[in-house]
Amino acid sequence: MSNSSLLRVEDLHVTYHTPTGPVQAVKGVSFDLGREKLGIVGESGSGKSQTGRAILGLTAPGGEVRAKRLEFDGTDLLNADTRTMRRIRGGGISMIMQDPKYSLNPVMTVGKQIEEAFLVHSKDSKREARRRTLEMLRAVKIREPERVYKAYPHEVSGGMGQRIMIAMMMIPEPSIIIADEPTSALDVTVQLQVLAVLDDMISERGMGLIFISHDLNLIASFCDRILIMYGGQVMEECRAADLAQASHPYTRGLLDCLPRLDGTREELAVLRRDPAWLEARGESV
Amino acid sequence: MTALALRGWLLAEVPKSKAQARCQRVFISWLAFKRNPVAVIGLLIITSLVLVALLAPWITASDALELDLSGRLQPPGSEHWLGTDELGRDILDRIIWGSRITLYIVGLVSIIVVPIGLLIGVMAGYIGGWVDTVLMRLTDIFLAFPRLILAMALVAALGPGLENAVLAIALTTWSPFARIARAEALTIRNSDFILAARMQGVSTAGILARHVAPLCMSSVIVRLTLDMAGIILTAAGLGFLGLGAQPPTPEWGAMISLGRQYLIDQWWVPTMPGIAILVVSLGFNLLGDGLRDVFDPKSGG
Amino acid sequence: MIDIRDLDVVFGHGKQAFHAVRQVSLAVEAGQSFGLVGESGSGKTTVLRALAGLLDRVATVSGVMTVADETLQEQRSKSFRRRVQMVFQDPYGSLHPRHTVDTIMSEPARVHRLDRIEERVVSALEEVGLDASFRFRYPHQISGGQRQRVSVARALITDPDIVLLDEPTSALDVSVQAEVLNLLMRLKREHGLTYVLVSHNLAVVAHMCETLSVMQNGEIVETMSVQQLREHSSTMPYTQQLLTASLGYDRAAIDAFEEFGQ
Repeated sequence: MSNSSLLRVEDLHVTYHTPTGPVQAVKGVSFDLGREKLGIVGESGSGKSQTGRAILGLTAPGGEVRAKRLEFDGTDLLNADTRTMRRIRGGGISMIMQDPKYSLNPVMTVGKQIEEAFLVHSKDSKREARRRTLEMLRAVKIREPERVYKAYPHEVSGGMGQRIMIAMMMIPEPSIIIADEPTSALDVTVQLQVLAVLDDMISERGMGLIFISHDLNLIASFCDRILIMYGGQVMEECRAADLAQASHPYTRGLLDCLPRLDGTREELAVLRRDPAWLEARGESV
Repeated sequence: MTALALRGWLLAEVPKSKAQARCQRVFISWLAFKRNPVAVIGLLIITSLVLVALLAPWITASDALELDLSGRLQPPGSEHWLGTDELGRDILDRIIWGSRITLYIVGLVSIIVVPIGLLIGVMAGYIGGWVDTVLMRLTDIFLAFPRLILAMALVAALGPGLENAVLAIALTTWSPFARIARAEALTIRNSDFILAARMQGVSTAGILARHVAPLCMSSVIVRLTLDMAGIILTAAGLGFLGLGAQPPTPEWGAMISLGRQYLIDQWWVPTMPGIAILVVSLGFNLLGDGLRDVFDPKSGG
Repeated sequence: MIDIRDLDVVFGHGKQAFHAVRQVSLAVEAGQSFGLVGESGSGKTTVLRALAGLLDRVATVSGVMTVADETLQEQRSKSFRRRVQMVFQDPYGSLHPRHTVDTIMSEPARVHRLDRIEERVVSALEEVGLDASFRFRYPHQISGGQRQRVSVARALITDPDIVLLDEPTSALDVSVQAEVLNLLMRLKREHGLTYVLVSHNLAVVAHMCETLSVMQNGEIVETMSVQQLREHSSTMPYTQQLLTASLGYDRAAIDAFEEFGQ
């Protein structure tokens, strides 16, 4: 793992102005990302997805993003102009979302969509785009790339759809991938197969990954480092290997309330939410 | 109950009865509706229509049926604000009395069309199979007729008159509502809450009445308000052809029809009722748009 | 209590026929919790819905199903509908959006002409940990976990013997899941219920059930006790793979995954 940070986030805030008052979706989140797999885990409403979107400037209209620093590879993302952001999205930082049913264009063939993603960030010919696309489909372990190239999104399974998404997001050769619940809609075996593909590609290319999920076990077994979020803030940060020794009561609560295959059939420990956790922690870890 | 207490009751966190919960929902929908100025304009127009119709005996100078041949075709002025028609009757008064007829038409058509359309639509959509096929073919038949032609045919068979015109309009208007209700029913029928109702042993009739139909109401009501304009215009058209309200009834369409020969020199005779139709149709359209924005299910409306 | 023999469920006809469930047989004793585990498309939810009698217009169901000594006919009897209830997966979809909690819960009582409806509603709400203030709220005004509790409360109104659970906690946050699972366990003990639980989550099934069947492609691959599952004493490769996958990401293990395709 290299020492240089690809992404630096310092005191990120995302606030939505609603008719009933401001809602703080993200309250002072800070972290650095190197060439590693960073997991952000939290329940619904924890702000994990909002964090991912804020980095790419994809916060929904009505949301205000503020931070002390939001820097990718030396470029300031907060004040970047549209042209710079367009270059970075896809070419520098890419995003994989949850359900390929909704994130792939249903009226374009798979091949065309991936080519488009390629051509946006390079000035190569169409022939080169096609060659790269097929190469990418092979790289994500799709067995019949020619057939899938011509297929429409609804003709492929969920797992294959996500692999296509990965291909599409990797083809412009970004340095960072933000994956927002990329496997939540998939069966457990397919989930792991898709993650294996992602894992291999990230290692090969020396990329950074931000993996956002609600699945603590999955993140613990897949990622290198973990951020646990609650109420828009980071409760705890630890190495994945050290998760069992986590100290924050929220993390412990999450760990303890999970049913386990090797557990007893006693009552599950119920998470007791302490309102103190929601208090602004100022500069966080 | 003071206004403040009422507002408190309507915004209370915990409703204490079904009635209170319902009122709260309506109130919240109203607050959402109020935020759209155009929709409020529509509501104002329609409310004005209703008020004018109700207060007709008190706001008109005459009963608008008396002839005054010496004062015919007077232009708009201080004595007759919108002028007089070819028989010397005050046009403003006739328009005001005519609002009653407009409301009568619109109300009667709605009462006929909504229940029939809903019933046929939810049955076809929920039950499916041959019931769906038969009911939809029936709907298609009625949908295929151009409104005016069918209306003319009916009136030819039944004789001219306002009620027959209303019947004719109703018969040509219900089909799209059945389609809308059917489309909603199709979407809903595999929902978990319907399955839950079946799991409880609720009869098909019960499911249609208490579960499916209430969810179709919003779309149907929005469609109804948007169709109002068309209904009024059809009635006006029938009146124009002499097939609807018969003279001397001050129905707006009939007024345009009888007045059209004066369009060039005494423009106000057909134009004023025309403007009335325009304003009311616009009002219903704006209201319908506003309702559609409010009835988004996520806002709980 | 529940006996299913050679259940077959086919959707559609002729060329487009889809055989969702093939020759499934299982038995559940009174007071037991039986788990049906599988991935999507395995047919587990279809089996549950076939048992519930919810497939009558959309699929062809054959086989013999017996519940409490009553052989199930195509149209379920009133007594079946009283003693067998179901909790659905999606807390956002299983409650009618325009009905208050009170209406939702009174409905089964009305259908079965039970007495003291209001009392039953309030007491069922209390049993699931919701106080009476929830009675007149609409579903969109309460949280996902609370909706699931309402779903469970609704299932209790008719004092059933059997509750069918279709992924009851899959759509809930982990902390809320724990509460709901605890609730279900407690209610089972207090009311002597029989559960059939469908889930894709082996840990949940291991926690809640004594026996389970693993389904794949519409068929039962293996039926075993949860004890056997924990001891990894399964003989079927599919079950073993499912078990491995449930333990988390293991790069080496994934390479060994087989495709158990159609």
